[in-house]
Amino acid sequence: MYELIKTPNIDWIRLKRKFILVSLALLVLGGVSAFTRGFNLGIDFAGGTLVNVKFKDTPPPEDRLREALGKQGIDPGKVIIQPISDPISGIKNEVLIRLPQREAGQKAGSSVESDLDVEKRAILAALNTFNPPSEVATKVDLNTISRDRLREVFLTEDPLGLISASGRAAAELEYGRYADAIIRYRDQDQGGLLRDLADLRAVSGVPTALIQWMPQRFFAGNAAMISAEIVGPQIGQELRQRAISVTLASLVGMLIYIAFRFEWIYGVAAVIAIFHDVLVTLGIFSLVQKEISLNVVAALLTLVGYSVNDTIVIFDRVRENLRLRRREGLTKIVNDSINQTLSRTILTSGLTLLAVLSLYLFGGEVLSGFSLALLVGIIVGTYSTIAIASPIMLWWQTWQSQRQARRPVVRPKPAEATPSQKERRATASR
Amino acid sequence: MSRKLRNRFLLIGGVTLIALYLLFGPFQFRDASGRITAQAIAANFTPSRLKKNLSENIKLGLDLRGGSHLILQVQTDDAVRSITAGNLEKARSILQQAGIKFTNITSPALGRIEVDLEDSAQIEDAKARITLDFGPGWTARNEGKRLIFEMKDEEMRDVRERATEQAMRIIEQRINAFGVAEPTIARHGPATGYQILLQLPGVDDPERVKNLIRAESRLELKLVHSGPYPSEEAARQAVGGTVPPDKEILPARERRRDPAAPPVQYYVVEKTPVITGDDLRNAQAVPSQAGGTVYEILFSLRPSGAERFYTATSANIGKNLAIILNNEIKSAPVIRDAIRDEGRIEGDFTKEEAEDLALTLRSGALPARVTYLEERTVGPSLGADSIRQGFAASIAGLAAITIFMLFYYRLSGVNAVIGLVLNLILLLAAMKIVGAVLTLPGIAGVALTIGMAVDANVLIFERIREELRNGKVPASAVALGFERAFTTIFDTNLTTIIAALFLFVFGTGPIRGFAVTLTAGLIANFFTAIFVSRAIFSWVLERQGGRPEALSI
Repeated sequence: MYELIKTPNIDWIRLKRKFILVSLALLVLGGVSAFTRGFNLGIDFAGGTLVNVKFKDTPPPEDRLREALGKQGIDPGKVIIQPISDPISGIKNEVLIRLPQREAGQKAGSSVESDLDVEKRAILAALNTFNPPSEVATKVDLNTISRDRLREVFLTEDPLGLISASGRAAAELEYGRYADAIIRYRDQDQGGLLRDLADLRAVSGVPTALIQWMPQRFFAGNAAMISAEIVGPQIGQELRQRAISVTLASLVGMLIYIAFRFEWIYGVAAVIAIFHDVLVTLGIFSLVQKEISLNVVAALLTLVGYSVNDTIVIFDRVRENLRLRRREGLTKIVNDSINQTLSRTILTSGLTLLAVLSLYLFGGEVLSGFSLALLVGIIVGTYSTIAIASPIMLWWQTWQSQRQARRPVVRPKPAEATPSQKERRATASR
Repeated sequence: MSRKLRNRFLLIGGVTLIALYLLFGPFQFRDASGRITAQAIAANFTPSRLKKNLSENIKLGLDLRGGSHLILQVQTDDAVRSITAGNLEKARSILQQAGIKFTNITSPALGRIEVDLEDSAQIEDAKARITLDFGPGWTARNEGKRLIFEMKDEEMRDVRERATEQAMRIIEQRINAFGVAEPTIARHGPATGYQILLQLPGVDDPERVKNLIRAESRLELKLVHSGPYPSEEAARQAVGGTVPPDKEILPARERRRDPAAPPVQYYVVEKTPVITGDDLRNAQAVPSQAGGTVYEILFSLRPSGAERFYTATSANIGKNLAIILNNEIKSAPVIRDAIRDEGRIEGDFTKEEAEDLALTLRSGALPARVTYLEERTVGPSLGADSIRQGFAASIAGLAAITIFMLFYYRLSGVNAVIGLVLNLILLLAAMKIVGAVLTLPGIAGVALTIGMAVDANVLIFERIREELRNGKVPASAVALGFERAFTTIFDTNLTTIIAALFLFVFGTGPIRGFAVTLTAGLIANFFTAIFVSRAIFSWVLERQGGRPEALSI
């Protein structure tokens, strides 16, 4: 039998002062950063426009992109441009362009919303300037056209003479099919961008005559927008409020459940520990200025559920040991419980960490914030179970038993005592 | 194998088969002629066929398959404002008819109308008459000679609610007619936000849909008094300098593509329309000439409208009739015959314009403007990339965990890995049953479930090892290990499900997908970690004669 750790005999509780110092340091560091530098809120919460653009080759240098955007009326100082690479192939031909919420024109409710996509259109126009002007003047960019538009162009030009040969209705169907095949080839086989119109020869089910005609009216542009997100100010604000209230509500949910299954102080201790995890994780996000998106909040909520697992495992063991070994001091029982479950704690946290690490490495840009939050949260969550939840629970129980020993008058009558109180007294009366 | 154990394996096998069928079915055992043949059965199990079935059974979210996600808000103030304005006019005419004199009638705020009477003796009379007409949704009180009418709060909420519901129905009609496959149209956000969520799979250019939704197509047919004139001023001069209250001047942009036609002309028309969009029964786009690319809209009227149309046209033969769309005259043909129930709107439309216009005419006018709060578009190529990356991440996580478990727990690791794979199958089958969609965070949920599923196994295995270390024989160590780990696993899984529940409440789209995946995974985990794993252990112990000396763990 391989063992990572033989059941150790560490006095965790004696380390509680050091743990509290470490946690305080982390919280203060995160807190100072949060108050001075704030959070890098993603567009989900801050509002704004985020566009993912894919280029045929290496994207143009940042300053040229900025310059092009500036010419479309976008303040170049406010644009954030972030190159991203495919985590699997390593190719770097995409950029994220992010614009903050527009401030001007927010008068009387709806003017921002009614032109929600002004920036998006400006970005599209800016990207178009990277195409050869001679082509743009006379031809249509096949890399940005939609299926409907493509069919429309086919119908007006009628390069195959289908309308005169077989009537308009039949031609519509036929051209629709060709447009489908071409767009599907572009989006699914070529990753959204055609390098060259000559590549279209590989599309099956489209007449060669049409493919040969296409260069007269089309060209393959340098860039295409592969995703665009625009969030208005109202949604951002609503989401901020909701994220906070749901996180708090789920903490209360945990508290109630654990209080119901154990004792209320276990619930309180666990919830303080989780709250600590959430705050530390947020603090780290502020420190490294990683963007907080909707997905990160989802990760934080998951963390709330996951982090409590370790706590429950240890509390469960404490409960069991309390029943079996009534003669021993609570401090020893808590210590032993942590030690007995330590190999499990490290193993499962480690294994979940493996799963999350692979998400962080291979999950791509969209999931990187999500997996970072989990990565940090799992480590902090494991630590806080030992360093925060257990000492709080122990401290409360000790304080309670001391108080009860001092003032036996307020002790409830034995008949009214709940089992948990009996248990507590049993531990207290040694 | 003991009978009890055999029943357990039968149950596990049955559940697995059902799950696999849900994922890869439905299967077709009969050939084209209806006979069951080996060939027909074999045709079900080709890789391409299985892949196709799988992709039909597991629906992908917008972020993976590509599409547009829009959140729009109904400006319900519009609906309240139009009701207030209508009531103001009603109050004015009631007072005029009853001969009650007033100096001023205004609406200083939404849902509030103030009337200043000349004679305070008539206050009660006026109040009673107007209250009777306004109905129970309004309150009335007076301050001196001023009568104040206010819409009740619950009435205002009702009006806003109705406007939102009506807008949703109209949008739904327009979207459906537009031909988007499987759109989602639902209320969104807080109850008083009057927001609507639209999810349009496969639409990677939301522009046209947005225009279609926002399009306000108000059709009016009015009799022409005189015209056309080259300018608005000329039209005003023609009616003596000031426009009479029952007439108005409207611009006309006919034949936009004809370079010879003047760009804008003006007509003086009757203010009251003969026919409005409400009288329409149907509208459709047709080519102006067979096979042409210029389109026009053919409309027909409901019986009541047709009657009015007939009366008006038969009385005005030889005059012009203005066909007005959104306050702009599209054409002003001469009435040659009495027309009963059909007409056409000519305007040099392209096919797309004409179709969208016909559609908005058919679905009626929105009760209030809509504005867009959020717009997200994912192209199909990004979705494909995300699937690839999410898949790679899940496989990498699964592989790393498998290698570790096999190395660390030896043969018992095989047990855990079987549980993991079964967990994944059950998770996906559960998603199919509840009709959940797989999103990118959902794939992350799968990867995370793999990590958490193994937690239950580790808990049990560590517990068994502990019992073995304490000198128990394998059989009782296994029994004790499962028994003691049970409550812990129950509590940990349930707390995570509670968190997932809040996630579901909080999130939309992708995040909900994540919450569903996580919950399904945790429930499946319960079955695999406790029931399946236990059965495999029992089988291993039984094969070694029930009381083996050692256990590979």
